[in-house]
Amino acid sequence: MLSKVQITALLFLGVGLLVVPPVTSWLDAPFYVSLFARIMIFAIAVVSLDLILGYGGMVSFGHAAYLGIGAYAVAIPSYYGIDNGYLQLALALGGSALVAFVIGLVSLRTSGLYFIMITLAFTQMLFFLGISLEEYGGDDGINTNRSELLGLDLYDETTFYYLIFGFLVFCLAVSYRLVHSRFGRVIRGIHANEARMQAIGYPTFRYKLAAFVIAGAMCGIAGFLLGNLTEFITPEYMSWFRSGEIMIMVLMGGMGTIFGSVFGALAYISLEEFIPDFLDWFGDGLGQHWPIVLGPLLVVLVLFAKGGLWGLLSRRDK
Amino acid sequence: MDLSLLLFEQTLNGIQFGVFLFLIAAGLTLVFGIMNLVNLAHGALYMMGAYVGATVFGWSGSFLLAAVAVVPAMMIFGALVERVALRTLYERDHMDQVLATFGLILFFNELVRIVWGPESQPMPIPEALSGHIEILSGVPYPTFRIVIIGVGLAVAAALYVLISRTRLGMLIRAGASNRPMVGALGVNIRLLFTLVFGLGAVLAGLSGVMAGPLLAVEPGMGEDMLVLSFVVIVIGGIGSIRGALVASILVGIVETVGRSILPVMLEAVVSNEAAQTAGPALASMLIYVVMAAVLFFRPEGLFSARTG
Repeated sequence: MLSKVQITALLFLGVGLLVVPPVTSWLDAPFYVSLFARIMIFAIAVVSLDLILGYGGMVSFGHAAYLGIGAYAVAIPSYYGIDNGYLQLALALGGSALVAFVIGLVSLRTSGLYFIMITLAFTQMLFFLGISLEEYGGDDGINTNRSELLGLDLYDETTFYYLIFGFLVFCLAVSYRLVHSRFGRVIRGIHANEARMQAIGYPTFRYKLAAFVIAGAMCGIAGFLLGNLTEFITPEYMSWFRSGEIMIMVLMGGMGTIFGSVFGALAYISLEEFIPDFLDWFGDGLGQHWPIVLGPLLVVLVLFAKGGLWGLLSRRDK
Repeated sequence: MDLSLLLFEQTLNGIQFGVFLFLIAAGLTLVFGIMNLVNLAHGALYMMGAYVGATVFGWSGSFLLAAVAVVPAMMIFGALVERVALRTLYERDHMDQVLATFGLILFFNELVRIVWGPESQPMPIPEALSGHIEILSGVPYPTFRIVIIGVGLAVAAALYVLISRTRLGMLIRAGASNRPMVGALGVNIRLLFTLVFGLGAVLAGLSGVMAGPLLAVEPGMGEDMLVLSFVVIVIGGIGSIRGALVASILVGIVETVGRSILPVMLEAVVSNEAAQTAGPALASMLIYVVMAAVLFFRPEGLFSARTG
């Protein structure tokens, strides 16, 4: 159950996100609209990973693959002049679900270290596939148009922002329902003790695979939105660095906390955005070396921040 | 060129690339197997080795000195990293280890960028080894690559002796199959861990020095090798040196031969244009397909340390 503090925090966050476009246009700082759009898009990716990582205990180190597939589902049709958002979204969902199915089929046969490395390796494979697709930009990436969806003008940043907001709310609601459904309980049961779930008759492999596919498809939505936001897609979206970042956001938000994902994405992307400025403040040119601060910061976070930001918001008597 | 000659030469190149992978994967698989630690920062050790080598080479002009200097330097560096950063991670779950060592990668890559700059470091092939040797009549092959293969096989043999014939090796094997029991028998596990990690660092560093003249010495050079080493370890079986050797040669050959032969072969079957598009794509995916196939039949890898 959500604590009062958590509900308050969520309300603040929701209202905060809703008023970003008017406030930034009043402050004449349109940059922040796309920053918060990016945060919300990553929040979708994070919540999808949290479903299998936090609730299912499946440490997938290749979640960026679906981000890339979703983005390419925008770029490749757009390359052929097809900007139909419904088709692109269907491709993003179907493509990532299919790939998640195949990856899951092989990798879920293993566990622990093997699972981490296999999911990483498969994503790496897709990354190299993206690089070798010269037709679609290869290494250099490819420009794309924004999709035509629901008769909206996605080139209008505010409209697009609220569309992303809608998708985020939708994904959070679906995840919340899913986790508290019978299916979600089975997934959590498998995380706690797979042998026991098997013994009471659950086909655990199929349940895990289903969760893996759902998570992949949901992340495909994030990829679809990200492709639209940046209007430029490179294989870099599928790099293992990206997968690591999504994992870090899950951890920062709190594992196995649906709503924590939004806070995790908010915290990580803000850090990434502001550490360079902060360093530049100490001396010119220091900002470019931001990973030297972020790296150790991550180590410290991992070591000391159990439960993530969402955990901080929950009452201690839990 | 004649296809069979190309195949022969590329196989040799593949073995040579496999040697690089083996030197990285050997340390990594021990760290995985014994300490149960996912160390993403292992690629950074390879990178540090290359940078130390390039720097010593820059000062002295002697490749041999560079290779020798890397051994103590990496031993100290590895032990330091283990003591300062990794020690606290042994008791954590894999997820925490992945993220913390991910943070270390960011740190080391940026450290290298600050100290040495973002551009790649010059490291030419040493003059004495810059020639070619005719391995078959009419087939010249670079001496340097032959030396790499020789060194790699020598290190593999030395590791084999160390692991299977010495007391330290016995402890390492015991640690890989049952860590708490080794600790219970009164072995100083902490010291053993530091030693093993240092050994892994030295091997990865050696790989970096030898790769320096052939691949670029630059920040982030360790990451591609790291992912390939993961593939090697998954195929070979976690904790198994023997598995690492077999799998790294396999991955090296598949990767290198696939890249050069596959487009040529495709060209013979389908149209030129299609081959040029599909060839590189298929080649870069090939090792992952091999990995998936191995895992499908043997989820524990070819030689698992725990199952024998």
